[in-house]
Amino acid sequence: MASNGIRDRVAIVGMGCTSFGERWDKGVNDLLIDASKDALASAGVELKDIDAFWLGTLFSGQSGLTLSRPLKIDYKPVSRLENYCATGSEAFRNACYAIASGAYDVAMAIGVEKLKDSGFSGLPSTRSVGDGTSAGLTAPAMFSLLAPAYAKKYGVEESVLKDAMTRIAWKNHKNGALNPRAQFRKEVSKDTIACSPLVAGPLGIFDCSGVSDGSAAAIIVRAEEAHRYTDKPLYVKALSFVAGPAAGPIDPDYDYTTFQEVVASAADAYAQAGIKDPRQELAMAEVHDCFTPTELVLMEDLGFAARGTGWKEVLAGTFDLDGELAVNPDGGLKSFGHPIGASGLRMLFECWLQLRGEAGQRQIASVARGRTLALTHNLGGAPGECVSFVSVVGSERS
Amino acid sequence: MASARGLLAYGAYVPYARLDRKSIGEALGASAGSGTRAVASYDEDTTSMGVEAARAALRGVRAIPELLYFATSDPPYLDKTNANAIHAALDLPPSAMAIDVAGSVRSAAGALRAALDARVPALAVLSDIRSGLPGGGDEKDGGDGAVAFLFGEGDILAEAIGHASLTAEFLDRWRIPGEAHSRQWEERFGEFAYVPLGEGALVEALKHAGITAQAVDHLIVAGPHGRSNKRVAASAGTRKEAVVEDRTGVIGNTGTAHAGLLLADVLDRAKAEQVIAVVSLADGADVTVWRTTAALGARGPRTTVAAQVTSPGRVSYATFLTWRGVIRREPPRRPDPQAPEAPAAFRAEGWKFAFTGSRCQACGARHLPPQRVCVKCHAMDRMAPERLADVPGKIATFTVDRLAFSPSPPVVVAVIDFDGGGRFQCEMTDVDPKAVKIGDRVTMTFRRLITAGGVHNYFWKARPTTPEK
Repeated sequence: MASNGIRDRVAIVGMGCTSFGERWDKGVNDLLIDASKDALASAGVELKDIDAFWLGTLFSGQSGLTLSRPLKIDYKPVSRLENYCATGSEAFRNACYAIASGAYDVAMAIGVEKLKDSGFSGLPSTRSVGDGTSAGLTAPAMFSLLAPAYAKKYGVEESVLKDAMTRIAWKNHKNGALNPRAQFRKEVSKDTIACSPLVAGPLGIFDCSGVSDGSAAAIIVRAEEAHRYTDKPLYVKALSFVAGPAAGPIDPDYDYTTFQEVVASAADAYAQAGIKDPRQELAMAEVHDCFTPTELVLMEDLGFAARGTGWKEVLAGTFDLDGELAVNPDGGLKSFGHPIGASGLRMLFECWLQLRGEAGQRQIASVARGRTLALTHNLGGAPGECVSFVSVVGSERS
Repeated sequence: MASARGLLAYGAYVPYARLDRKSIGEALGASAGSGTRAVASYDEDTTSMGVEAARAALRGVRAIPELLYFATSDPPYLDKTNANAIHAALDLPPSAMAIDVAGSVRSAAGALRAALDARVPALAVLSDIRSGLPGGGDEKDGGDGAVAFLFGEGDILAEAIGHASLTAEFLDRWRIPGEAHSRQWEERFGEFAYVPLGEGALVEALKHAGITAQAVDHLIVAGPHGRSNKRVAASAGTRKEAVVEDRTGVIGNTGTAHAGLLLADVLDRAKAEQVIAVVSLADGADVTVWRTTAALGARGPRTTVAAQVTSPGRVSYATFLTWRGVIRREPPRRPDPQAPEAPAAFRAEGWKFAFTGSRCQACGARHLPPQRVCVKCHAMDRMAPERLADVPGKIATFTVDRLAFSPSPPVVVAVIDFDGGGRFQCEMTDVDPKAVKIGDRVTMTFRRLITAGGVHNYFWKARPTTPEK
């Protein structure tokens, strides 16, 4: 299989991101306009300068009209895409390829989701009922299947695993407390997290990401033109997206302690970017911490920790803001919130701030020491049946 | 005698849960007696319990029913044949006819007689859910259960040697269609009407069989009118020890299923060449006299009625009332459950109703639900159907979903790895959420997952395996 990548051929030259949360004050149109305005201003361009648009949203609209109507876009290509919770990343990936191909000069990738207006707890269902034979688990329940399987496979006591899960939530809340755009901007004690009401399996409410509204956007140009827009562009080093055969729920060989799709997309992305040791080479990673066991397993799937040791590394603080490799410095899905279509672009927004040295109180020290690469990881689906996206961006063009 | 027509096989199903009658009394501040009653779970109805009884009856039997009668006083659907779901769940051939005999307790006697007298292998499935208004006799004395009998020629377990029926029109108990609960006339009037009918029919049937009451080894008298049952049994003239314990103290009176359930219970322990008289008192009296054969002793291990009568399952009165729809509880803030789509369910009949997956003919991998492309070797359209309803499995991982909508939260979901290959993720039932562990053994059971938009969604769940006694 060829996956040639487009390393250093396109660059991000502007980004915008709204505050995430229960945005009772803003509709989908408002969120799209706010994120677009920020991104355009950040790149120093106007709407008329954008040649083509890619809009990601899962539930909050269909067709390019969802974006062209509020922004009054005059007869330009607007694609609307969806790829479960990796929707925002998919919008970004397609925009990058359009620029790399030379078809357009300036593209916008934008993601949006308005989840709170439904009045439901958690996410609405995406599946049709069909013959009525699928178990219909909620999202936290699907991801909670990881916990007992991981504990059993690696002989980790359930209480120790719960401690590791709690520490992930605690860390992401601590990071989010430093982020003015985050849904939850305060630290939460480990006791409060560990004793929160159970939602599914061992997962309490604090093990779940925030259901929220929000939007984020990026302006993309060819790498050689990036400096016309900004002194500090981010170069796209790798883009990998895979859909698995959804074998986990029907194949007894799957053991619910890994996302094979993540392993595949990470290997592809590292090859594209020329990364050998991600833990040593990356300045930071934004990963898909939809639920705390997900982040734990991702540490192993992304090659940040050896198999069966992720829980120890979590407890040792390896992935703290001041740890060896900062993971989710912006608070992650857990504390920044998870407006589905926007999340992939929100992850890139944190890379944009950190690698440019603009992250304020939560600025990662290793950037100043010369680390120039950041990773985003975004997945959609459930253990054993998901789509996975990994990108690597960097502040230097090699 | 080998080619005589008679009873080829039978199976019974008593649901897992028991309601303690004392808990009714405690909640309502009035005595409701002692003992327990069997309670169909929130995910069971007369069709799903009928499937479980019929599966037990057909297990290990070579004869394939060509005719299926489903008798119940509580049909899940009207205007649509309920027996078809049982037919589908048993994976019977399309050429087998499926018919409801529904509406009253006497349907059971009719279904049994029709199946016995048919010229082809015929299955009679008798099933009932009995409930009444809170605090009433039907609520505390009723019970839920099902039983199935297969009739045909071959190595029969018992032969019918005498029959008699008496019919009379009188108002003892009744329900207008659409009403949730039945009404009953004054109890002593029912006794006045029933007792002579029962006594008369028994005398006729024994005469027809050419035996005396003293020759009866087991006497079963069952019907919705408890006092009459006792009176007829007492005056039958049989030996005292022949009168069969009616199990109502533990499981309650299971209405349409009860006479059959007691017959199954007796057959579980009867010896060869014994006489069993079954008197069913429901809008008349129907008596059948059976003589068991030597084949009765040649059967392998099976789940007996006695083993099912004793169950560790307990349900609180509040939960019981919720399951029966008397109490409507606050649902979670989640989208309303949706009805299954009729065309999708039709296309998936083998999967949805019979739990038929597929096996790859290229590499042997099993698939649940059936796939066209093999998950292991990717061979395309090389699949053969394979039914896994009776294949046990074990839990690979599991969760307790406290957010999902359920008529009885929380939802327990497990990933099941089946013995011999194949994996499926499904709901568990009759299970204590706190007791589930990786590696636990499970078996599949046919259930009504939910009713949405006026449609019953039938499918399979896993339940903890109970060892056979």
